[in-house]
Amino acid sequence: MSDALAAVTLGGLTKRFDDVTAVDHVDLEIADGEFFALLGPSGCGKTTTLRMIAGLEFPTEGSLQIFGDEVGTLPPNKRPVNTVFQSYALFPHMSVLQNVAFGLRMQKVSKPEAMGRAQEAIGLVRMDSMENRRPDQLSGGQQQRVALARALVNSPKVLLLDEPLGALDLKLRQEMQRELKTLQREVGITFVFVTHDQAEALTMSDRIGVMNEGELLQVGTPEEIYERPVNRFVADFIGQTNLLDGTVEATGTVCLSNGARVGVDTEGVAVGGAVAISVRPERATLHGRGGAPPGRPSVDGRLEQITYLGNALVFTVALDWMSLDVRVENQADLDVREIGSEVSVSWDADAASVVQE
Amino acid sequence: MGCGRRLGGAGVSEENGEPDGDVEPAEGLDPPQGDLTTTESVLTAEATPRFERAARRADAWRGFFFAAPTYLYMLIFFVAPLGIVTMYSFATRNRTGGTDLEGWNLASYARLDEPIVRTIVFRSLWLAVVTTVICLLIAYPFAYFMATRTPRVRNLMLVFVMIPFWTNFLVRNYAWRVILENDGIWNDTAEATQTDTVVDWLLDLPHWMQWAIPDWIENLPSPLFSEVGIVLGLVYGFLPFMILPLYASIERIDLSLVEASRDLYASGRQTLRRVLIPLSKPGIVAGSILVFVPSLGAYVTPQILGGDKETLLGSYIVVQFLTARNWPFGAALSVVLLGIMLIATQIYFRNEGRTL
Repeated sequence: MSDALAAVTLGGLTKRFDDVTAVDHVDLEIADGEFFALLGPSGCGKTTTLRMIAGLEFPTEGSLQIFGDEVGTLPPNKRPVNTVFQSYALFPHMSVLQNVAFGLRMQKVSKPEAMGRAQEAIGLVRMDSMENRRPDQLSGGQQQRVALARALVNSPKVLLLDEPLGALDLKLRQEMQRELKTLQREVGITFVFVTHDQAEALTMSDRIGVMNEGELLQVGTPEEIYERPVNRFVADFIGQTNLLDGTVEATGTVCLSNGARVGVDTEGVAVGGAVAISVRPERATLHGRGGAPPGRPSVDGRLEQITYLGNALVFTVALDWMSLDVRVENQADLDVREIGSEVSVSWDADAASVVQE
Repeated sequence: MGCGRRLGGAGVSEENGEPDGDVEPAEGLDPPQGDLTTTESVLTAEATPRFERAARRADAWRGFFFAAPTYLYMLIFFVAPLGIVTMYSFATRNRTGGTDLEGWNLASYARLDEPIVRTIVFRSLWLAVVTTVICLLIAYPFAYFMATRTPRVRNLMLVFVMIPFWTNFLVRNYAWRVILENDGIWNDTAEATQTDTVVDWLLDLPHWMQWAIPDWIENLPSPLFSEVGIVLGLVYGFLPFMILPLYASIERIDLSLVEASRDLYASGRQTLRRVLIPLSKPGIVAGSILVFVPSLGAYVTPQILGGDKETLLGSYIVVQFLTARNWPFGAALSVVLLGIMLIATQIYFRNEGRTL
């Protein structure tokens, strides 16, 4: 990534609206051909960041480069990027074909060539035979495909997607996730994808940038983000997790709120620092009281609730000061315990991570 | 109101329960056609459709009942007078300036071909078109600006657009006359010492703005009593009629379409032409007609700001009725005016009916 020219480079990118800082000094490099997700809760600044790359907002401060060219002050029509809008924003007075050919026509591509390439793009998103329909005659998923074709037909250097799957129902969304991923590999264009759905981000992206309150908290592969969250917010936002509060007593040992000591990798945290141990429910194991294998960190509690998810079961264990979820795949030899029984929960020392804040 | 009784004999195809298409509508005040069934068909029909039909019929009658006063009002004060005007246009003026309501003829319509009439009709059409175009050019950017503000600012701007309506139309026109009169605030040629004229104000602008002010402005004659004055008054008077429908239609446009257009390499101007204008066409057409129609028949503004050099259709009709006492000719002119307006309105409705 260091040698090749990055597709998008943000340097100290900041956007303030009156007295609200929507994006706060974001530094980020997105590599050429990457599928990059900007992930965060609503209002975290991810969409504003995307809109700044698109040229729909102008940065208050900082630099914004696309393949090495500073574009921060260029209007959207002068930038080699295209956007798939959250609401699709298809032109209601134009047919599918006209919608898709619009960008090419605006770039002065001759009409026959524009129509030909638009047809191709419509084929790419499997919307052939629909090219003469109006957007209001299409379903949400179909509109989504047209919006995608309309952006891709221009062969942008970077494709920006603003929660493009947000309006679709679950089944269709999962289908489109796979399709988008395949499409991105086919066309080889850098995708920058904004979503608040962590599962979607994990499924689709090569790398994820997690944002909150205008700040970019962590950038990494889905594995890195999931397994090694940099702080409490990331740990909590990505997937489900149990956060056990405590303080670092000595290197490699954390004293939990109830006084129990557990071993965990405390690299990067000073002794005496307040931390939380993040234990993913699926990495925790449920035992009878005292049944945890020696050497594995564990805590004791009482089984409070069992939630049936179909493919898995979640056991909620009440500790003295909090409750903790243990997720078990629904298998034939499942060992179901009685609610109220005394249990212990243990986990792999490697599977837990220490987070701050 | 017993519709069933009155139309008791009307045929209904009993197989499908659909009312016949040839149910005779009664004269004048017929209700909107509901399902009118005969006693026989009611007896043979299934209970549920029968109830449903009765409910629908009751609904139609209820609607008619509430609409009836308006129908009646329109009939007496609009349709009937219009009929009388049309009738008069085929009558003959007698020697004493009265009208003979016999021996119908087209003589009044034949007079429309006279050069003076043609000049007046075309001048009126021309000024109405110019007024409409100027209103459109002023109102569109304003409406777009208004539609893209926050709701609070929007409402404030709407109020400012509406404020002139709270003043009498006549008073507003006279206000313009005061402004434009030579001893008003336009351009005081008689007293060079007076400093509060519009022209003086322009000449007093800061030095760096002077380049935009041409020299001849100092001797610019007042537009009062000219076509310029009439258009000025009409534009001023009818601008809100253009702004409001434009605002309503632009406000409905999803602004992300503008963003999408810019994202797809369209310049601001191309976005206006390819996206905004096509999508706001209903507002453009509605506003244009709302300005064009009253401009065409305008009477007050041309009277006050146009003087008597520039006779327009509205004034000419008044002259025919009141001064020349040629009612048939005045009526014929009114019918022509009405015809032009009807054509304009047709264009509007055809456009409205089409979904974007």
